[in-house]
Amino acid sequence: MNEASPPSSALTAALPHIHLRWVVAPLLALAATLIALSIGRYPVPAWETLHFLLAAAGLAPMEPDRYALLHNLIVEIRLPRVLAAILVGASLSVSGAAYQALFRNPLVSPGLLGVLAGASAGAALGILLDGNWLLVQTGAFALGLAAVGIAVGIAHAFGGGSIIMLILGGILSGALFASLLTMVKYVADPYSQLPAIVYWLMGSLGQATTGDIAWAAAPMLAGIVLLCLMGRALDALSMGDDEARALGVPVTAVRLVTIAAATLISAMTVSIAGMIGWIGLIVPHIARLLVGPGNALLLPASASLGAAFLLFADGLARNLFTTELPIGIVTELLGIPVFLIVLRRVRRGWT
Amino acid sequence: MILAARDIRFAYRGRPVLAGASLALAPGELVCLLGCNGAGKSTLLRIMLGLQRPAQGVVTLDGQPLAARDRRQLAQLIAYVPQVHVAPFPYTVQQVALMGRLPATGILKAPGAGDLACVRRLLEHMGIAHLAGRAYTEVSGGERQLALIVRALAQEARLLVMDEPLAGLDYGNQVRLLDRLEGLAAEGYGVLMTTHDPNQPLSGCQRVALLSEGRIAADGPAGEVLTPDAIHHLYGVRVALMRGADGRGIAFRPLARECRP
Repeated sequence: MNEASPPSSALTAALPHIHLRWVVAPLLALAATLIALSIGRYPVPAWETLHFLLAAAGLAPMEPDRYALLHNLIVEIRLPRVLAAILVGASLSVSGAAYQALFRNPLVSPGLLGVLAGASAGAALGILLDGNWLLVQTGAFALGLAAVGIAVGIAHAFGGGSIIMLILGGILSGALFASLLTMVKYVADPYSQLPAIVYWLMGSLGQATTGDIAWAAAPMLAGIVLLCLMGRALDALSMGDDEARALGVPVTAVRLVTIAAATLISAMTVSIAGMIGWIGLIVPHIARLLVGPGNALLLPASASLGAAFLLFADGLARNLFTTELPIGIVTELLGIPVFLIVLRRVRRGWT
Repeated sequence: MILAARDIRFAYRGRPVLAGASLALAPGELVCLLGCNGAGKSTLLRIMLGLQRPAQGVVTLDGQPLAARDRRQLAQLIAYVPQVHVAPFPYTVQQVALMGRLPATGILKAPGAGDLACVRRLLEHMGIAHLAGRAYTEVSGGERQLALIVRALAQEARLLVMDEPLAGLDYGNQVRLLDRLEGLAAEGYGVLMTTHDPNQPLSGCQRVALLSEGRIAADGPAGEVLTPDAIHHLYGVRVALMRGADGRGIAFRPLARECRP
C-alpha cells in the first residue's frame, strides 16, 4: 500500500482499520441510550441504570422498593422518549444516507421528495379538523406518502423517472404541500389551533406515548433494516443507472424499494415527533468520515449515529433550560456548526 | 461466444439514429467503432449491452436474444466500461473495482475473501495496485479509466464494451491504455470500443467498423477499411494517407487546409 496516499480525512487516518471503525457508531448509540435513561429531573448514576437493566433482565438482584422506583422512572417515564429518539434519529439519518446515494448528491436530505412538507401539512390539517391525536398522526403519515406519490408520479409522467425529474417533482410536490400548510394556518383559529400547529411543527419527542412507539417500532425497524440491506446496490446506483444495470443490479426495483422504505419511515418520524430538520443531511456526512463512502457500512453507521445524535440533542433540549426546548430548534442549532466542520473535511471528495 | 447485433433500427424523438446497423464481437478481437458526432455510436453500444431496447432488430449472445437473459447472468458475460466520469462520493479505487463482483455475489451479500483476492490480482494486472486505497475521485483520468476496466474484468465477462475509453486522456495515457487493450484482446477478451481518432486504429487495431447514416458502412481490417475516401464519407473532410517505408498506412493528414497569412 502506498503510504504517501492522502487519506480522505484526518479522522479516518487516526483510526486504522475500517472493520474496527464501524463499531464506533453502535457503541456511541449504546452509550447515549444509557446516558439518556439516566439524566433528567431526577438523575440516576449510569451504573445504577445499568444495574437496573440487568435486574430487569433477571441477571442481577435489586431491592424491590428501589426496583419499583427505577422502573417507574426509567421504563415508564424515560424509555418511550428514548426509544422515540432512537427510532426517529436512526430513520431520518439512514433515509438521508440512502437518498444521497440514490440521487447521487451529498446535499440531499430525506425531505427531497416532499415527504416532510406533506406530513407537516397533514398534521396541521388534523389539528385544524379535530385536534384528535390519532387524526393528527394519520394525517401526517397519509399526506407524507401522498406528497412522495405526487413527486414520483410527476417524474414518471414527464421524464420517465429520471433523477432530475424526480428532484423537480419533489420541488413541485413540496411547494404544493407547503402552500396547503400555509392555507391551513391561515384559516386556523389564531388563539388555539394556530399555536398548536406551530408548536407541533417545531417537533418534540415528549408527545410520544408507549402506545405510539409500540405500533411504530416494527415498521420503522423493518424500514431501517431494509435500507441497510440496499448498501451495495446503492453504491452501484450512485455510479449511474447504465453502469448499475450493466453490473446486474435491478435498478428500478432498488430505486422503488429505497424510496418506499425511506418515505415510510420519514413520514412516521413526523407522526411521532413533528418536524426534525437537518439530522438527515448531516449525520450521513459524519458517518462517511467515520466509515468511508461505501454504503454497506455507511447506512448502518448512519442509523446508529443518528440515534446517538438525536438522544444527545434531546438531552440538551430537556436539560439546557428549565423549560423544554423544541427538539427541531436544537437539531438545527447543533446541525449548522457540525455541518460547517464536516464540510471542511468532506469538501475534497466532492469535486 | 459471439455478441451480434442484427439490423438494428432506433429513432430518438422521431429522428432515425440507427437504420439497420449490424455488428458482431467475438472473444480475442479488438474492434474500433468510428462515426461522426451524433452518428449513434453510443446508442449502438447501449443497445448491444441490452441497456436500450431497439425499435427493430435483435441482439443475440450465442444465438440467444439478450432480452431473454437474466440481467445478473448477462453481467457475467458482457461488461460495460463507461466514459471516465467523476463519482459523487469518494469511493476508493478498490471499492469501485469490488463493484465488479456484484454479478457474482448478488446485491445482498458482502464480498468475501475470494472476491477481494480477485480484485487485488486484477488491480495488480492493470498496474494500479498501488492506488487501491486512494479515492477514485482524486486519481487521474487515466487511472480512473483503468479502475473502471478492472471493475469490468472483475465481472469475469469475456466481452468488454467501452464508450470512448481514450477520450479525455493525455497522449501518453492513450498510448499506454491502447497497449493494455491490445493485451486484453491477445488474452482472449473481446473488446468493442468507440473512438474519435481514425489514426489510432491504423497503428494496430484488429478490426474497424464505420457507422454512417445509421448503418455499418464498412467492417474489416483497419488497412482495408480506413481509406481517404471512407474518411471523407464519414467526416466530410478530405485527407491523405501517409504511408511508412513498408507501405502500411501510418496517419491521415487533412488536405486543403490553406494557411492564410
